[in-house]
Amino acid sequence: MNLVEGIFVVFAVIASGSAILSMTSHQLVHSALWLVVTLGAVAGCFVLMTAEFVAWVQVLVYVGSVVVLVIFALMLTRQGGATTAEVTGNRWTAAALGVVSAVGLGATMIAGFDSERIEGRRIGTTGSIGDALFNDWVLPFEILSGVLLAALIGAIVVSRSGSDR
Amino acid sequence: MSLLYPLVLSSALFGIGLYGVLARRNAVLMLLGVELMLNAVNLNLVAFDAWFADRLHTGQVLTLFTITLAAAEIGLGLAIVLALFRAVRTVDVDEVGR
Repeated sequence: MNLVEGIFVVFAVIASGSAILSMTSHQLVHSALWLVVTLGAVAGCFVLMTAEFVAWVQVLVYVGSVVVLVIFALMLTRQGGATTAEVTGNRWTAAALGVVSAVGLGATMIAGFDSERIEGRRIGTTGSIGDALFNDWVLPFEILSGVLLAALIGAIVVSRSGSDR
Repeated sequence: MSLLYPLVLSSALFGIGLYGVLARRNAVLMLLGVELMLNAVNLNLVAFDAWFADRLHTGQVLTLFTITLAAAEIGLGLAIVLALFRAVRTVDVDEVGR
């Protein structure tokens, strides 16, 4: 195990540990804040996999805006101290399914890609990603902006329609 | 770096996210579980992009698209959750189901 792999393992332990805390915490705001730690650690993993631009987008979009949106929604939908049982009755079924899917996926990956290595020959800098995005992926990019606009309008319509009644 | 490290991490994150979606009673936290699962997918995409050393950077560009779609999804999802809260005064999925 070299230095990069050691740092990656540290980030991976942080990410999965805080993800578990986020999904099991009984304080709603705490689980949103633990999610920040998870997403930040995943951004660190992106940097280690030579994807620096994606890592910064992850920090900006996820940690910067999605989590803020989630915390807003948690505060807007807060019920008066009713935080008794935060998990449903089928908790153990859910845990079993989660473990089964994680182990199954992990075993498939290990069976398929054991001994493959990431060389880091093409680094995903802002320049190279921008070249790829605006030379080869322009049409999907434009379609995506349409999707984003539709989602924005949809969110406004959905959240307004209840308030004037 | 061995390709297995990101792949195994992404499997673990996917399982944890699946547990969150199925087990949490608060609708907002169910959406957080979906975000975790999407992040696992992003990790896979970036790992395979770096492994392929793709000239078009397919994996990383697709990761950017996934991040955008996840942002759109959480915006719309939270709007629906807020509308639900206004209608029935709860975001507890067990209570709503009754």
